[in-house]
Amino acid sequence: MKRKHRRLFVVLTSLGLLGAASALVLSAVEDSLVFFYTPSDLAERSTPPENLFRLGGLVEEGSVRRDGSTTHFRVTDLKRALPASYTGVLPDLFREGQGVVAEGTLSADGSFTAREVLAKHDETYMPKEVADALRESGQWRDGDAKP
Amino acid sequence: MIAEIGQFVLILTLVLAAVQATLPLWGAARGDAALMALADRTAIGQAAMLLIAFAALTYGFVTSDFSLAVVYQNSHSLKPMLYKISGVWGNHEGSMLLWILVLALFSAAVALFGPNLPPSLKARVLAVQAMVGLGFLAFIIFTSNPFARLSPTPLDGTGLNPLLQDPGLAFHPPLLYLGYVGFSMAFSFAVAALIEGKVDAAWARWVRPWTLAAWTFLTAGIALGSWWAYYELGWGGWWFWDPVENASFIPWLFGTALLHSAIIVEKRDALKSWTILLAIITFSMSLLGTFLVRSGVLTSVHAFAVDPERGVFILGILILTIGSALTLFAIRAPGMKGGGLFAPVSREGALVANNMLLTVAAGTVLLGTLYPLILEGLSGGATKVSVGPPFFNATFGPIMVPLVMMMAVGPLLAWKRGNLKTVAPKLVPAAIATVLAIVVTFALVPDGPVLAPFAMGLAAWLAAGTLAEWAGRIKLFIVPLADSWRRLAGMPRSASGMTLAHLGLAIMIVGITGSSAWRVELVTTLAPGQSADGAGYTVTLAEVTRGRGPNYNYERGLLKISDKGREITTLTAERRFFPVANQTTTEAGIHTTILADLYGVIGEPGRTPETANAWTVRFFVNPLVPWIWLGAMVMVFGGSLSLTDRRHRVGAPRRGRTTAAAQPLTAAAE
Repeated sequence: MKRKHRRLFVVLTSLGLLGAASALVLSAVEDSLVFFYTPSDLAERSTPPENLFRLGGLVEEGSVRRDGSTTHFRVTDLKRALPASYTGVLPDLFREGQGVVAEGTLSADGSFTAREVLAKHDETYMPKEVADALRESGQWRDGDAKP
Repeated sequence: MIAEIGQFVLILTLVLAAVQATLPLWGAARGDAALMALADRTAIGQAAMLLIAFAALTYGFVTSDFSLAVVYQNSHSLKPMLYKISGVWGNHEGSMLLWILVLALFSAAVALFGPNLPPSLKARVLAVQAMVGLGFLAFIIFTSNPFARLSPTPLDGTGLNPLLQDPGLAFHPPLLYLGYVGFSMAFSFAVAALIEGKVDAAWARWVRPWTLAAWTFLTAGIALGSWWAYYELGWGGWWFWDPVENASFIPWLFGTALLHSAIIVEKRDALKSWTILLAIITFSMSLLGTFLVRSGVLTSVHAFAVDPERGVFILGILILTIGSALTLFAIRAPGMKGGGLFAPVSREGALVANNMLLTVAAGTVLLGTLYPLILEGLSGGATKVSVGPPFFNATFGPIMVPLVMMMAVGPLLAWKRGNLKTVAPKLVPAAIATVLAIVVTFALVPDGPVLAPFAMGLAAWLAAGTLAEWAGRIKLFIVPLADSWRRLAGMPRSASGMTLAHLGLAIMIVGITGSSAWRVELVTTLAPGQSADGAGYTVTLAEVTRGRGPNYNYERGLLKISDKGREITTLTAERRFFPVANQTTTEAGIHTTILADLYGVIGEPGRTPETANAWTVRFFVNPLVPWIWLGAMVMVFGGSLSLTDRRHRVGAPRRGRTTAAAQPLTAAAE
């Protein structure tokens, strides 16, 4: 096998592989992109999202209610709020007044059913999306200690 | 006072690094032996200085010197000693100090153990190491000074994040950094070789042990981190395809590719420029990982508080390092001509395919990790997305299948020109094992996911194929057993290491398949004395007790697990409340057998009077999950064994024997 042939072989195989990988990526990206919305984003949308999405904001003060192993709470960006529920053990840092990002779907009644509540490892941590959302709604400026 | 010494030596180290990054390079260009030898002394000096700085910071933590800002923010006088010490690197400033210390220790190791390296190569390697070090030292001194003082001195600290107060996570960062930063050696050797314009078998022989060491540490570090997430976060999962996890996994994938392509450079003198490029990419990915974790540009489930401005600084270092290395590569690489031709079906061919697949796999993980950033950038911040596990499972998984299939075949192929016909008979046992594994799995778990039996078959194929290669080496059952034993004893340790590492992956695939395909879960609310059926077991919350640990209060739930009246075990699940940090952590109760983990956690009790005595209980059966870490341990052991190979021993190779094979750039470029 000549050097030229080998190079051609390697190039063709790489191209084939890259093609296959791109096909995989494109087909996977289609249904595994999870969009991030705040309660205000959802209110502005004309059609509610059907797929899985992430809802972010603060856990509204005084909204957490336990019902068996299901927890009901409201997610707010301090402009609008959305009722949400989660069944299971919540992450240790889930607390009223703290930032939260939950992944799930909208139910028929317009409330949010979380499939997963993302944990944080640090109570001073504010998810970037939540910080941005609060900044947008004018409720939080950089430099503020915490909303 | 001690802290001021730390601060002072940090600045001294910066000066040393500046000297080491320039003078030896000049010396190497002019052939000045004295200037080149300077690099050795500055490298050892830097390591010594940084050890002093690190000791100074550790002293601050051990003695709870709260006049230091990092100690105040990350420690508390009541904390157990282990976590006072691990608190040194459990924060941004300290972990960056550890990063730079590890870098300096690797440089010092080259200076101390590399007397056989040609002086010019050694001087250039150390100079490149110093350039990287210079960037990070400046980063520490100007943006993240670990020795910043507070005035007035607070009475007590705010405590280390309770999640980090865990033996698993105490050792995770040092191991991870040894891996991340270890790849800087491959990078420095690559850049030095580009400056020298010479890449030969001897070069590969020097690079391999460093890459292997870094790979072994990184494997151990990632495994430890995933184990920690498994038992400490209480979600029953061990890998979430989270940006922070991917940040360590991408360098691992590229590093694995580098490990294999360096073999071709060493044995066959081919694939040189590719190996150089891979070395540059691998370390760049380590830097990218540091950037992603430290800047917090991506939302991670493992997120800690971060400072975006620091991220910009690291991004600067990242761009400068990658940019200049790639520019150098673009100028120099065309001059490098590979030797050894080979057929597509050959050991080299298999290793090339391994490289392609690993690179493409790493590329998809990288794309998935950065996609949210790219999309947000393109849409001006309006569209925020995240890419979750489904993406990675759908792209990464299918790329791994051909790779694992080939892993069984590759080592059996001959160098240069292999023959599938002669290899096929050796793979018959593996094929039988594969079919058996598929059938048995399907018979045992007929109602699970369809793909799971095939994944088990894949693991069996890899294990049996690897064992067949091993058996062929020692001529098991062909010559008398005593002869086989002698052959085994005489087998190069790097070969045994390869066998073990590949077997480790097979074991890991079994664990990954079992835990992701057949996991069952029960979520319920129980008051003490109540029980619930689910996940194939009866779970009884026997009692909940409250008490005090060294720096926390706990609620301890005893979960009795029984199977049709037969008692199996009692899981102890805890919720720990750390008053100093005002934070709660979960300690899962885990009962491990080789076949499955029984895993229980308790949540919060209800808040109303009627429900105050009812706890949320989450119980998992995670089949085969211990195999994941068993496999990782076998891989790490394989890597370590291979490192002890005489031929890999640092400094052992002599260039004298290989000078004939060495091709100076000028000769090759004509």
